[in-house]
Amino acid sequence: MAKITVTEVEHVAHLARLTFSTEEVEAFTRQLNDILEFIDKLDALDTAGIEPTTRAIELLNVFREDEVKESLPVEEATGNAPLAEEGAFVVPRII
Amino acid sequence: MSNLTDLTISELRQLLDRREVTSTEVTKAYLQRIQGVDPRIHSFITVTEEEALEQAKRADERIFSGASSSLTGIPLGIKDVICTRGINTTCGSKMLENFRPPYNAHVMERLEEHGAVMLGKLNMDEFAMGSSTENSAFFETRNPWDLERIPGGSSGGSAASVGARLCCASLGSDTGGSIRQPASHCGVVGMKPTYGRVSRYGLVAFASSLDQIGPLARSVKDCAILLEAISGHDPRDSTCLPAPVPAYSKACSEGLDGFTIGVPEEYFVEGLDPEVERAVKAGIDTLESAGAQIERISLPHTEYAVAVYYIIATAEASSNLSRYDGVKYGFRAEGYSNLIEMYKKTRAQGFGPEVKRRIMLGTYCLSAGYYDAFYKKASQVRTLIIQDFKEAFKKCDCLAAPVAPTTAFRLGEKVADPIQMYLSDIFTIPVNLAGIPGISVPCGFDSKGLPVGLQLMAGHLQEEKLLRAAFNLETALNLQVKWPET
Repeated sequence: MAKITVTEVEHVAHLARLTFSTEEVEAFTRQLNDILEFIDKLDALDTAGIEPTTRAIELLNVFREDEVKESLPVEEATGNAPLAEEGAFVVPRII
Repeated sequence: MSNLTDLTISELRQLLDRREVTSTEVTKAYLQRIQGVDPRIHSFITVTEEEALEQAKRADERIFSGASSSLTGIPLGIKDVICTRGINTTCGSKMLENFRPPYNAHVMERLEEHGAVMLGKLNMDEFAMGSSTENSAFFETRNPWDLERIPGGSSGGSAASVGARLCCASLGSDTGGSIRQPASHCGVVGMKPTYGRVSRYGLVAFASSLDQIGPLARSVKDCAILLEAISGHDPRDSTCLPAPVPAYSKACSEGLDGFTIGVPEEYFVEGLDPEVERAVKAGIDTLESAGAQIERISLPHTEYAVAVYYIIATAEASSNLSRYDGVKYGFRAEGYSNLIEMYKKTRAQGFGPEVKRRIMLGTYCLSAGYYDAFYKKASQVRTLIIQDFKEAFKKCDCLAAPVAPTTAFRLGEKVADPIQMYLSDIFTIPVNLAGIPGISVPCGFDSKGLPVGLQLMAGHLQEEKLLRAAFNLETALNLQVKWPET
């Protein structure tokens, strides 16, 4: 049985801010199903009570002094933007 | 001096410091070789000739004044995932095709302090996602030992360029094997250091809990020299360890008496090419003859590592790559009527198929209702994989295993089958999940003449043990005299 349907793939694509052609959605649905089936093997393991690992080396409370340091000039920070004006990024109208 | 490009960092260092050769001469020799040979290998995305010659000139002045350090005047290549101020850093993606970082990565600052020379930026799978460098948005890189085969990936350009002697050594990045696997396929030495050993500041993020920068070189000692130069604390990466940096190159002088090497049975299973198995086992025998004690051990959760990796790495990637929105830097698509449409068109046109596949998988695994079943489950199994290693390192100084199940495969062979491609990282992924260091050392050739790598793994911050074992193996096998003709 398919684990993920075409409709779900389209929903996930929206969440990920991606668009696909009909053929692409079909291909992705097939491939994602294969991958999810492969991932299924984890279900064979009983992990009740096992702490999840989010980082392999635990470093707790990495603090530093809150000092004002030199930062990138606005010109350089916006220098790679596809569209920038007067030190600001230009985007389509939102409101 | 016709073969300046055949020399290791250590050999060049002596010649440079004795003023028998200048960095400018070496740099020119490499640039000339790149011009002649790279049109067949395709390892460089950008060659920074002008900057390289300028850096070489400054290095020569420094050497002349007697103030050289280990890398002064040594020509290196840099994977195009590492930010270089004012020089294109594409990540092998259309998304960043024209991106010129306004700052240097921490490792680039280190190399600059040393007065190293950068020859250019090296090809890679898009956003470091892949095992063959075929996912580069620009072109495929060829394996210098057989031009019809892949160099491995994702640091394919970093490995192929060192193997083809187009740079003296290089930097790559390794999230699931992306330094060790191409190093194995191209017959060079490649190391993924302990997570946090090298600052990730300025490394374009793929999976932040797994990514690590490391060296690729033509000898274990060169690998140690480069590792020493780039390691150490950097407050700009909060996961970077404040541990002192040992003199790694010194680790190469010790023998293997009293040294225990574990051989995990789960790494010698069905799917491992018999010729690779033979070469790796011969390498382990060589380590035993060199004085090491060999122990059979078990890492029982190995078979789950690939599944864990493709949940954790894609989940982290889907979050990290949300920054490519066509606003702050990089590509923006044309023809949109609102913000959401601009995002979608930009990302649909800017990313290649494998990157999209991983963003989709990661987004799905993190989406409402699935988090526990996928991400939490994978993170729990990750704990079990880490426990396996902890047990093993109670008895062993390091572990020896294959790097990849096969030697370099043919271009196009696995492109259509993502799972087959993912399985080529089966032996390298556990090291990333556990955050431990791993190194790939050439240990022989298959019947087609393709190089085979042997992988050594050690506990957190035990890079010296890896280098010690690797150096002894390299010395006993004495393979490095052989290089591809290209």
